[in-house]
Amino acid sequence: MKQTLYEKIWNRHVVTELADGWTLLFIDRQLVHEVTSPQAFDGLRLARRKVRHPELTFATLDHNVPTDDQSVIRDPVAKAQIEALRNNCKEFGVRLFDIGSKELGVVHIVGPELGITLPGTTIVCGDSHTATHGAFGALAHGIGTSEVEHVLATQTLRQKKSKTFRVEYAGRLQPHVTSKDMVLKLIGEIGTAGGTGCVLEYTGAAVRALSMEARMTICNMSIEAGARAGLIAPDETTFNYIATGDRPFAPCGAALEKALAYWKTLASDPDATFDRTLTIDCDKLAPQVTWGTSPGMVTDVTGVVPEFDQVRGYSRADVEAALAYMGLKPGMKITDIKLDTVFIGSCTNGRIEDLRAAAAVFKGRKVAAGMRTLIVPGSARVKAEAEAEGLDKIFKAAGADWRYAGCSMCLAMNPDQLKPGERCAATSNRNFEGRQGKGGRTHLVGPAMAAAAAVAGHFVDIRTWK
Amino acid sequence: MNPFTTHKGIVVAVDRANIDTDAIIPKQFLKLIGRTGFGQFLFNDWRYLDNGQPNPEFDLNKPAFKDATILVARNNFGCGSSREHAVWAVAQYGLRVVIAPWRKDADGSRIPGFADIFRNNCVKNGVLTIELSEAEVDQLFGFIKAQPGVQMTVDLPKQTLVLHGKPEQVFKFEIDAGVKDYLLRGLDDIALTLEKEAAITAFEKKHDVQLAAR
Repeated sequence: MKQTLYEKIWNRHVVTELADGWTLLFIDRQLVHEVTSPQAFDGLRLARRKVRHPELTFATLDHNVPTDDQSVIRDPVAKAQIEALRNNCKEFGVRLFDIGSKELGVVHIVGPELGITLPGTTIVCGDSHTATHGAFGALAHGIGTSEVEHVLATQTLRQKKSKTFRVEYAGRLQPHVTSKDMVLKLIGEIGTAGGTGCVLEYTGAAVRALSMEARMTICNMSIEAGARAGLIAPDETTFNYIATGDRPFAPCGAALEKALAYWKTLASDPDATFDRTLTIDCDKLAPQVTWGTSPGMVTDVTGVVPEFDQVRGYSRADVEAALAYMGLKPGMKITDIKLDTVFIGSCTNGRIEDLRAAAAVFKGRKVAAGMRTLIVPGSARVKAEAEAEGLDKIFKAAGADWRYAGCSMCLAMNPDQLKPGERCAATSNRNFEGRQGKGGRTHLVGPAMAAAAAVAGHFVDIRTWK
Repeated sequence: MNPFTTHKGIVVAVDRANIDTDAIIPKQFLKLIGRTGFGQFLFNDWRYLDNGQPNPEFDLNKPAFKDATILVARNNFGCGSSREHAVWAVAQYGLRVVIAPWRKDADGSRIPGFADIFRNNCVKNGVLTIELSEAEVDQLFGFIKAQPGVQMTVDLPKQTLVLHGKPEQVFKFEIDAGVKDYLLRGLDDIALTLEKEAAITAFEKKHDVQLAAR
C-alpha cells in the first residue's frame, strides 16, 4: 500500500478506531502557553483529573510577555494570566520555561531549538501556528482549549483523517527571495481556505534547498492557507539540525542512531496519491508583499494594488472593504507604500537566520527618519546567539529597537501595538483588521524586505535595491 | 455540555467572507482566565464605536436583530487563530447556530464554509455549524434583508432548516455523523475517551515517544 508521509505518521499513532470514521490518535508532545491553557487546567481541576503525561507537556510564556523590560509586567490582567500558568504548571507537575530562563521563547521557536520537536512525532498546541513543527516531518495540529484539556487528560486527540494536498515547489529561488515569499505566493494562489480540511505536504527542489529555519517559515503559515497541518519530509538537513547544537530533549548516541533509522523512512512513497496537488515555479518568484486584510491578498513587490474586481478568490466587496481599511487605492505601486513601523520577529520569522538576513541589510545603514523599528528575537536562545554574533550592535547602530523574546507585535497582546492608521511592514503571519492594534495596517513580508523598508521608508525590491 | 436537538430563533446576517477569529474576539480579551464573560466582546471592533457606544450601523445592534440566535455569514468563517475564546464569545452572546456557505474552487475542489479549528471548537461548545451552498446562503441573505427579524427553526435530527418567512422555505443540510451524535447527546469528550483507557494504556506500552516508533 503506497502511503503519504501524513498517512505513515497517522498510522503509527492510532490508539483505536471510534464510531463514524473517527480515530483516537496518540499525541507525543503537547506545548502549552499562557493564553489558551488556563481554562483547560481549570477543567481538569473541576473534574479532579490529572495531566496524564506531564513529561510530554512543555509550557512557555510568550503571548503576553513584555519585550522591553521583562522584569515587570505592568498589565495586571496579563500578569494574572502569567501567574495562572506558573501555578498550573506547579500544581500539575508540568515543566515551564519561565521569564528569565534561557529557554524562554515563542512556543514554536522553543520546541525545535530544544529538540522537543522530532520527526515522526505528533505534536499539538493551543495555537494555530503549531503547523510550524511540520518542518521536521512531525504531524503538528493547532487545537482549541477544550482539546488542550482533552490531551492533558488523555494524551490523545479524537480526529478524523484529513485530505492530503501536495505542494511542489519546483526550481530554484533567486538571491534575496525567501521561503516567506514561497508560502505567501501559495496562499495567494489557493486562498486562505484553499487548504481547509487538508494536510499540506511541501516537496520539490526548492524546499530541499532550504535550511530548517526557512522550512519552518513555510510550515508555520500553513494555517493561513486554512490547512490542518503542513509537512516537510525530514532529510539530512533535518538530521543535522537535530544532531548538532544543544538540544537537550533530542535523543543522542545510540538512541539517535535508532531514531535516524526510523526517521529515514519518513517520506511519502514515490507513487503515493494525494487528494490534490499543485506546482509552484520558484525560478521567477519575486518577493511578496500583502496589500489587504487577508494573507491571500498578496502580490509581487514589482506589482500594484489591484483593481477591486481583479483579485482571485475575493469578491469586489471583500477587496473594497480591505482597501478602505488599508487606506490604499487600486493602481498604486507597492514600492510607493510608505511605512511608519517595521516589526521583525514572531514564530514565522523570529529565528537566527531571519535576524542575520535583517542585519545584513541594516549593516552600515540607518532606519528612515521617524521609523519605529522593532526587532524581537523569537527566543532567549535566539537573542543570545544574535548578541554573540554582534547583530544587536548592528540593529542599534541602525536606530532599531532590540528587544527581549516574545510574540510581541505579531498579535499585540503585550504593549507592542500599532495606533489607528499606522502602517507596518511585518515579518509575522496575519494582516487581519486590528491584528497589530485597532486600526493598524499590516503588510506581510520577509525579514530582509522588512529591513530594507525600514531604511528606505517605503517598500523596495530587495533584489535590485542599493 | 447541553444537548442540541432543535432550535428556533431570529436570524442575523453579517455579509463578509473570511471573518477571522481576531474579528470575532480581539486579542485584548484573551487575557481573561475564566471561561465566561466573553459574549459582550463578540465582534467588538465592529459592534462598538470608538467611544464605546454600540455601532448603530452593525446589524447585530439593530432592533430587529437584538435577540438573534442564528448567524449567517460568508465563506471561511472563523479562519485564523485557534482561540476558543471566539466560540465562547459566539455561544455566550447567545448564538446557537452559525451558517456559512461552502464553495467550489477554480479547480473544482470543495472549499468548506468554516475554518477547521473554529468548527471543531464549536462542536465542543454545543454550537452547531451548518454549511449550505452559496446560492442557498444568497437566498437567506435576501430573506433577512426583505424580512428583518425573520425566524428560523433548526432541526438537527432531521437535518433541516425552516425559514419562517413568507413564503416558508425549507433547506436541508449535511453533517458529519459523529458530530451530529455528539451534539444530540451533549457528550463529555474526555469521559468518552477515558472509556478507552485500556486501549490507551496498551498503546503506551508499545509506543516509544522519543522515536514515535513502535
